[in-house]
Amino acid sequence: MRLQHPALQSSLSLCLLLLLWQGLAAVLKTATLPPPLLVMDILWAEIQSGQLTHHLSATMGRLAFSFSIAMLLGCAIGISLGLNKTLDRFFDSWLLIFLNIPALVTIILCYVWFGLTETAAILAVVVNKLPNVIVTLREGTKALDKELLAMAKCYRFGLLKTLQHVILPQLHPFIMAATRSGLALIWKIILVVEMLGRSDGMGYQLHLFFQLFDVASILAYTIAFIIVIQAIEFLILKPLDKHAARWR
Amino acid sequence: MDDISIQIEDKSYLNSADNSSKQIIKNLNLSLKANEFVCLVGHSGCGKTSLLNILSGLDLDFTGKINLGSTEPKMGYIFQSPRLLPWRTVAENISLASSCTDESLNFLLDSMGLSHEKEHYPTQLSLGMSRRVAIARAFATDPDLLLMDEPFVSLDSPTARRVRQLLVDLWLKRPHKVLFVTHDLREAITLADRLIFLESKPMTVLKEIAVTLPRGERDNELKIEQFKQQLFIDYPEIHTLL
Repeated sequence: MRLQHPALQSSLSLCLLLLLWQGLAAVLKTATLPPPLLVMDILWAEIQSGQLTHHLSATMGRLAFSFSIAMLLGCAIGISLGLNKTLDRFFDSWLLIFLNIPALVTIILCYVWFGLTETAAILAVVVNKLPNVIVTLREGTKALDKELLAMAKCYRFGLLKTLQHVILPQLHPFIMAATRSGLALIWKIILVVEMLGRSDGMGYQLHLFFQLFDVASILAYTIAFIIVIQAIEFLILKPLDKHAARWR
Repeated sequence: MDDISIQIEDKSYLNSADNSSKQIIKNLNLSLKANEFVCLVGHSGCGKTSLLNILSGLDLDFTGKINLGSTEPKMGYIFQSPRLLPWRTVAENISLASSCTDESLNFLLDSMGLSHEKEHYPTQLSLGMSRRVAIARAFATDPDLLLMDEPFVSLDSPTARRVRQLLVDLWLKRPHKVLFVTHDLREAITLADRLIFLESKPMTVLKEIAVTLPRGERDNELKIEQFKQQLFIDYPEIHTLL
């Protein structure tokens, strides 16, 4: 049999990774690298006890909320800057500054200024993600096809029709790029936010396991994490891509 | 519909490289009577597209007066390139630009020979087909004024001839004002009621000539050629333009 089917290829390569892990764990025999089976046991136990579900859904809630705000606000500001040269020149330096503030600084400042609250946590994530979305959407808007916009104006499309049928289809790749890089970024920031100032969520749990040196639990939570991200990619993002590319 | 009168005193472009300004149009006076088919003939790049952009309201940066009549006319604009939305089907491209009924959409697609391409995306079409879709889109708006900017360049000549014939047929069926830009005098004679020759740099009207050749005789290549030669004899000044 030849290894051609892509699903077969990727599951074989996953198996190889698991085998390597198992082999290494068997040779080293240390508590800091538990074998895969033990990790799976803990993962299952955490799911059964409801612990994992509780903390994962807390993190997911924050993710969904801050991601939506950052995307909506970022798209609106990015498109406005892309359309208006004066505005763009004026706020360019602001954007540069916000892009370069380290995530940790924003998080600390938010907690100091607004207290260890949910609002402060969400705000910290949004402020970290926002400049990224703005820049991506601004560049996308600058690259809009002027000829098609003129056509829409000439045939009196109006604002809504122009947005829906002329502008958004052209911005789609940029929105998807902002979504993908945004999810990857927010996942990482949200854990730090939870570690520093929340009493639930994946970040809080990981911090707890770190203090206990419980590597098996850390790995179990990491696996749960990876599964959720993959599910988002395959169940939401990929179908969106496919829908948008139907004319190509 | 009322007549249209166009007076453009000045249209200039600012060259941002050296801050100099270049005048494209100077003291241009044109008028269009009801249901008239007028061809603008001049060198490529003499400012005809600028003129159409001013007329269509896309370009507001000029000095002069455009009188489109008491009620704002419905406008169709066929650009030099088809300018279709690649992510919408042929049918969607047409119905987005107009509020035409399914029936008239099907009729238009039929007469353009596009009935099988109705649900296709523009990326699946040849250039000739895309141009026909653009023409169908303009006609679907049921225009009072149709602007056409060299819509048949880069089409092979049999296709160009067919689409030209379609254009005339549709226009005869439902007459309206047409302003057709071209640098091809034979094409202009085939289509127009009146020819307006334009001088370039800056653009201004050189000569207006009515096409007296009856429409019934215009599918005869020889008659077109004869008419063209006669024009050169009667109006030697247009020689410099062609």
